[in-house]
Amino acid sequence: MIIGLGHYLSVAAIVFTLGVFGIFLNRKNVIIILMSIELILLSVNINLVAFSTFLGDIVGQVYALIVLTVAAAEAAIGLAILVAYFRNRGSIAVEDVDLLKG
Amino acid sequence: MYEAIVLLPLLGAIVAGIVCLVGARNRFPGEDPPPAHDYAAAAVGEDHPRGAPAPHAEHAAVAHSHGEAAEHAPSAAGSLLAELTTSTFLVISCALSWFALFDVGIAGHEARVAMFPFISFADLHSEWMLRIDALTTVMLVVVTTISSLVHIYSIGYMEEDPYKPRFFSYLSFFTFAMLMLVTADNLVQLFFGWEGVGLASYLLIGFWYHKPEANAAAIKAFVVNRVGDFGFSLGIFAVFYLTGAVDFDTIFAQAPALVGKSFHFLSWEVDALTAVCLLLFMGAMGKSAQFLLHTWLPDAMEGPTPVSALIHAATMVTAGVFMVARLSPLFSLSPGASGFVTFIGATTAMFAATIGLVQNDIKRIVAYSTCSQLGYMFVAMGVGAYSVGMFHLFTHAFFKALLFLGSGSVIIAMHHEQDTRKMGGLWRKLPFTYATMVIGTLALTGFPFTAGYFSKDAIIESAFVSDGPMASYGFIMTLGAAALTAFYSWRLIFKTFHGEPHDREHYEAAHETAKTMLAPLGLLAFGSIAAGYPALSFFTGHGASEFFRQALTLGAAEKLFESAENLPLMLSLLPTVMMIGGFLVAYQFYIRRPDIPEALARDQRLLYQFLLNKWYFDEIYDFLFVRPALWIGRLFWKGGDGFIIDGFGPDGVSARVLDVTRNVVRLQTGYVYHYAFAMLIGVAAAITWFMFAGSH
Amino acid sequence: MTLQAIFFYLFGGITVASAGMVIAARNPVHSVLFLILAFVNAAGLFVLMGAEFLAMILIVVYVGAVAVLFLFVVMMLDVDFTELRRGVLSYLPIGALIGAVLLVELLTIVGAWAIGPDVTKAIAAPIPPPNDIPNTQALGLVLYTQYIYFFQAAGVILLVAMIGAIVLTLHHKPNVRRQMIAEQVARHKASAIEIVKVKPGQGLP
Repeated sequence: MIIGLGHYLSVAAIVFTLGVFGIFLNRKNVIIILMSIELILLSVNINLVAFSTFLGDIVGQVYALIVLTVAAAEAAIGLAILVAYFRNRGSIAVEDVDLLKG
Repeated sequence: MYEAIVLLPLLGAIVAGIVCLVGARNRFPGEDPPPAHDYAAAAVGEDHPRGAPAPHAEHAAVAHSHGEAAEHAPSAAGSLLAELTTSTFLVISCALSWFALFDVGIAGHEARVAMFPFISFADLHSEWMLRIDALTTVMLVVVTTISSLVHIYSIGYMEEDPYKPRFFSYLSFFTFAMLMLVTADNLVQLFFGWEGVGLASYLLIGFWYHKPEANAAAIKAFVVNRVGDFGFSLGIFAVFYLTGAVDFDTIFAQAPALVGKSFHFLSWEVDALTAVCLLLFMGAMGKSAQFLLHTWLPDAMEGPTPVSALIHAATMVTAGVFMVARLSPLFSLSPGASGFVTFIGATTAMFAATIGLVQNDIKRIVAYSTCSQLGYMFVAMGVGAYSVGMFHLFTHAFFKALLFLGSGSVIIAMHHEQDTRKMGGLWRKLPFTYATMVIGTLALTGFPFTAGYFSKDAIIESAFVSDGPMASYGFIMTLGAAALTAFYSWRLIFKTFHGEPHDREHYEAAHETAKTMLAPLGLLAFGSIAAGYPALSFFTGHGASEFFRQALTLGAAEKLFESAENLPLMLSLLPTVMMIGGFLVAYQFYIRRPDIPEALARDQRLLYQFLLNKWYFDEIYDFLFVRPALWIGRLFWKGGDGFIIDGFGPDGVSARVLDVTRNVVRLQTGYVYHYAFAMLIGVAAAITWFMFAGSH
Repeated sequence: MTLQAIFFYLFGGITVASAGMVIAARNPVHSVLFLILAFVNAAGLFVLMGAEFLAMILIVVYVGAVAVLFLFVVMMLDVDFTELRRGVLSYLPIGALIGAVLLVELLTIVGAWAIGPDVTKAIAAPIPPPNDIPNTQALGLVLYTQYIYFFQAAGVILLVAMIGAIVLTLHHKPNVRRQMIAEQVARHKASAIEIVKVKPGQGLP
């Protein structure tokens, strides 16, 4: 069968949903959240490249490249923050990150 | 001159008021003044040398106070200034009033003195105008004479009180209000004076405001008066509705046209004049402490004795009588209202006399006596003999004020002891007071050739010959009350001045009081005798119409005077017989065999208690009116104001806001993934909405 | 075609499965490893679609840098194995519901939607046929000419991220001595040397 645009988009959608799940369904630690964000960005990339291929427009790939760059930068900063937080608080269990509690 | 008579007391009141305020501010900067010496409890063996000559000798109130024992607070600064200013103004006013009496009454120079415009709105026109005719001058004389004597008396009576300027200010203010009342040319000005005397009465009864009984009595007086004033106001409104004016000339001119007219009220047709007169009389009932609205008068004895003498004997309570006399053109055209007036007056006369039989407080006996005598005056008014009622008002002022001031002298001598059961044998110690009190009692009971004899007998005779409704009821009641009056008056004298002293200590310490207090007593005693015969021709008989001219409607009275001259001798002696009977019974009970009263009280326990407790009127009123009123008030306060208004208003809103926020706060868990979850729900909702509600 | 289908399902399935395992694994190191697997398979998908440059960049950047960074941090923070705490189950129903809703909607859109007819006219930069110009060169032709600003901006973002990471995490140990070059170089005679005349046999005071 011909693998059409929809197939790739479905894969992207499923990965996106899994990433979103990962953000709030985890009870373990904050790194899982950061990894879920990476999954979300991955799904976005798959989406962009799929469209680029099927519409024949290379701009999609350029866009995906930029997204990749930003994702890497954001992962770095996120982890740096996490390290700094860990040094101050001593724990990255999700339930202990409740400083915003009102 | 007439403005001077009316306004001098006001000036005195203002001066004394300023003295009071300035002095108070200096003495108590920023704090509450302490209560005056507690006069309710009899002080223990304090024998500071009093009876010194008049305080005019000392030249500063402050120096005077330092000489006193330290038991009572020093007098207010400027007391002397306040006393002398107010008393002087009043004496001047009194002299002018006597002059006016002869000028207007005998020489016939009636006057209308316009002072200021007041209200001028659509049909309602009211000015401050002094109406000076014979009726007015009679009242002017009564008010200013008694008031000036009371002022002078108070200089001695209130010697130890630290708040004299306030007292004198109130006394003068009261006089001013009363003078406005009697010189009023229209109902609005009369009502101004009416309310003013009510206010002054409140202030003066509650003068020792740290005593809770005094406060309660003042409020009671004011509230009961208010009930009467409510009727009075309705009467004024009705008059305005019917005649379109409130000034007396217009009303009297239109009165004959209103006979037989009636107006609609709710679904009834009421006779216009009767309704108006009844409503106006309701005010008189309250002000003059007549039968149903009498409860405030005995309690008003909480005020200082000069207050009782001035307000509750001679002037304020007679305002009701005066008002009926002033409105005589209206009352004479309404037989129904006049009959009601007679009925109430006669009932009061008898009712108050029965209660006075068993009272033990010297002032309360005299208070009930006042109540009873006012009833007499209203009987006279009711049968149409307005001038006779005014005559009794005139003479009664003298001897009743004398009795009150004399009682005050006794009270001071016994060092603020007011219970007659603790007195006795004082005639040796207070001879002058005793003599004047006996003269007053003779006048009150109607001993021949005293002033009271002429006026009282005139009333009883008028009631007999009148054929108005309720006249015979009035006659019988007044006759019976005469006997009772004699009994309780002599009972008072015997218990106070004769017999064995019951309180040795106070008895030993008693001595005659200062001359400032004795001089007024002497003058009033003179008046009690001299005000009778000379004035007879002005108030009764044919001389009355010549004297009063247009002031009173004496048409019906003319006939009465003629019939009265033809009365059988027996009948005209009957009141004297009653008086002698009362005297003999009192003599028997209190001099010859003092054990009889106690035995009688024990045997007739129920009757005794009934009379002692004032026919249980206070209890009945408390049950019928006071408790329901308090209950309603509490209902509105707790239920209406507290629960409903506060509950749905500020308190309720704030409580609900707190509830809501308490729940909303739980959303802020502090966990980022909760927030992310919320965002996700939002995203899902947005997608759903766009999918299904987007462009279809 | 069927080969393409097989590889698509292979790569796609493993991507999805490993994404699931990322969030479900207990050991965080396992999570990172599954993340790497997901990235690699996604790269495979990219190759299938003809974007081989991007696929390789995915491996180099994501797997080689980002995932390794994750691993470093996981190791450094010494995160324990934690049991799944009880709380997660209370959220599972509603979370699953919301997620299912989301997924269903996404799939519905994907399935039921068609490309508009005017889209082909709006193509900004058409892909040249791959036999003439390789994907990498095609990307380069566009990236450094029309999209140079985005390229530079991406560079700046990376620079900032690097500085930020250093600022956030660098902390000097208190007792370590270091050279302060600037001070060393800025010495001059007046502050560094003091000449003292010493009498023979006396020594310095």
